[in-house]
Amino acid sequence: MSQSIVRMIGLSVALGMLISLGFGCTTEQGSTMHLKRMADSLYAVMAADRKIYSKLVVNRLVNEEAVIKASEHWRDDRALPLPAQMFRMAAEEAMDSGANFAYSLLSLWPINPQNKPRTDMEKTGLKYLMDNPGKNYYGEESLGGRRYFTALYPDVAVADACVDCHNDHKDSPKSDFEIGDTMGGVIIRIPM
Amino acid sequence: MASRRAWIIWCSFALAGSGYLGSTLLGQDKTVYVPGTTSDGHYQIELRCDTCHAYAFGGGPVLQKRCLTCHGEELQRIQDSHPRRVFIDPRNADRIADVDASQCISCHKEHRPEMDRGMGVTLPVDFCFYCHEDIAEDRLSHRDVPFDTCADAGCHNFHDNSGLYEAFLVKNAEAPDTLDIAKVPKRNAAEVRRMVNKRPLRRLTRDDHDAPRYLDVEEQIILDWEETAHAKSEVNCMDCHQVAGITNEWRDNPEFKACNTCHKMEVSGYIQGKHGMRLALELSPMTPAQARLPMKKKNRDNAMGCTSCHRSHRFDTVDAAVKACLKCHDDQHSKAYKASLHFDLWRKENEGEGETGRGVSCATCHLPREVRRHRGKDIVRVQHNQNGNLRPNETMIRDVCLRCHGLSFSLDALADESLIRNNFKGGPARHVKSIDWAVARAKNAQRDKERQRVK
Repeated sequence: MSQSIVRMIGLSVALGMLISLGFGCTTEQGSTMHLKRMADSLYAVMAADRKIYSKLVVNRLVNEEAVIKASEHWRDDRALPLPAQMFRMAAEEAMDSGANFAYSLLSLWPINPQNKPRTDMEKTGLKYLMDNPGKNYYGEESLGGRRYFTALYPDVAVADACVDCHNDHKDSPKSDFEIGDTMGGVIIRIPM
Repeated sequence: MASRRAWIIWCSFALAGSGYLGSTLLGQDKTVYVPGTTSDGHYQIELRCDTCHAYAFGGGPVLQKRCLTCHGEELQRIQDSHPRRVFIDPRNADRIADVDASQCISCHKEHRPEMDRGMGVTLPVDFCFYCHEDIAEDRLSHRDVPFDTCADAGCHNFHDNSGLYEAFLVKNAEAPDTLDIAKVPKRNAAEVRRMVNKRPLRRLTRDDHDAPRYLDVEEQIILDWEETAHAKSEVNCMDCHQVAGITNEWRDNPEFKACNTCHKMEVSGYIQGKHGMRLALELSPMTPAQARLPMKKKNRDNAMGCTSCHRSHRFDTVDAAVKACLKCHDDQHSKAYKASLHFDLWRKENEGEGETGRGVSCATCHLPREVRRHRGKDIVRVQHNQNGNLRPNETMIRDVCLRCHGLSFSLDALADESLIRNNFKGGPARHVKSIDWAVARAKNAQRDKERQRVK
């Protein structure tokens, strides 16, 4: 009798562990999927804003209407900020206002060396984007004692302005970008 | 018996000590609680501990919030080149583990005079290293430059890099020592008042003054007022002496809050600056006796307020720009001013010999005119907060020196301490290499780009 009770308890514990393990995996997968969807959605908003600013503000006013210039030193030149600067300023503003995620633009050939990949995930992710055009890269990393779900999206040269500026800029380490090239990547980090 | 006596003595001292500390904590003079010499920027208000230490046990975040309450607006104005938001990106987590640059007090530790590098605030010496350790790989000119010299005059400024960034150095490399069109912009407060006013402003005369007749106002006061921009812009006696919302009855000596009704930008700067910061915290006005710079003894007890420099009723801006300063300031730089070329230009302008806007007063440099754009128009006002134009002195480049001088000359002059002491009598004996390096790097980069294109 006591032996069967022990067996039953043992079986129940084993079953419980299996169920919880399975449930845990599903929860973890679900959580990662949720974070991936969240990162994709955030990226969609960022990409849309950037496209609209580039097309309807910068390209229209600078190239079509020719009423104002766009300049890296936009305050001093009383000009429009470049699309990449607009993107970066918005990223900093979002972080400063307490957004629970972080994003930035990185490149293997950045004009500002501070935008080179620094973490292992940034290095691996950017290389993956270069080797696999059109694909995104997802992973997890620990920074400053905190775990992050990290996603990288290719930043593709879509207009002559992107290519010309990066090819001609004195601080750009590369001068043979062409339209359609992956110039870098957008990285989004969401705390897990 | 001896033990009992010892206990009684100990308790008596403890009670007396507690009583003394408790009463000082509740009183005005809290000097006993100041843990060390306070920096030049804060000592005027050190007895209002709660200005920074909002709560008795408030830690870093509380202090940070308090720093930004007073300095946040100025950091925005100068377009802080290392804002907090850059450092809170998780990719910089390892960097802020060494020096948490997202918090002001990581670098600017108060009550630690041994860390003051002559800038009025405490500063670590080589903090740039943590993020820019490989700078020499990108800029060969920096190969043998030690990290404790990054912030030397004319090189870099952590917060205000607006007059020192590389493209700016290159763009201004060829400017002459003194510009052909050297002059300061003309103030246009009255013009702006006319512009925003819904009806045309009437010029008031002595017969229009609205001071209560029972006061028997001296005639000279009325005559002085009649000549001012106030009378010309329809500002009458009651507009200053009995301001709705500030005082409902006549005040002979209206305080800065009355001036603030029309001169918001000027008053806002004044109460953030060294002259007026005590007023902002409802402390007694600053006096020259409290200053750390040498001041003239006879005026040591003059209370600072708007009218201590602008003299009530006359509001003579020419007087306020030089005479008012030299009435108190007695350091070598101030004493040398009247022998300088700057003063000569100022004298000529005010005696009608020189062109308007070419004279250089104390205020031209230390309370400079700021140009802000509003609806496509330039609004020129005097910045009364001298902190943004004092130390480190390269913060003066954009709004002050470059109005009249070329960038290279300005950098050299600001790096020459003996030239500053004698109030710029003569030329700079030092040369800052920033522009040379920036121009050489730009030329090399251009050459490399052309080579890359040929390939």
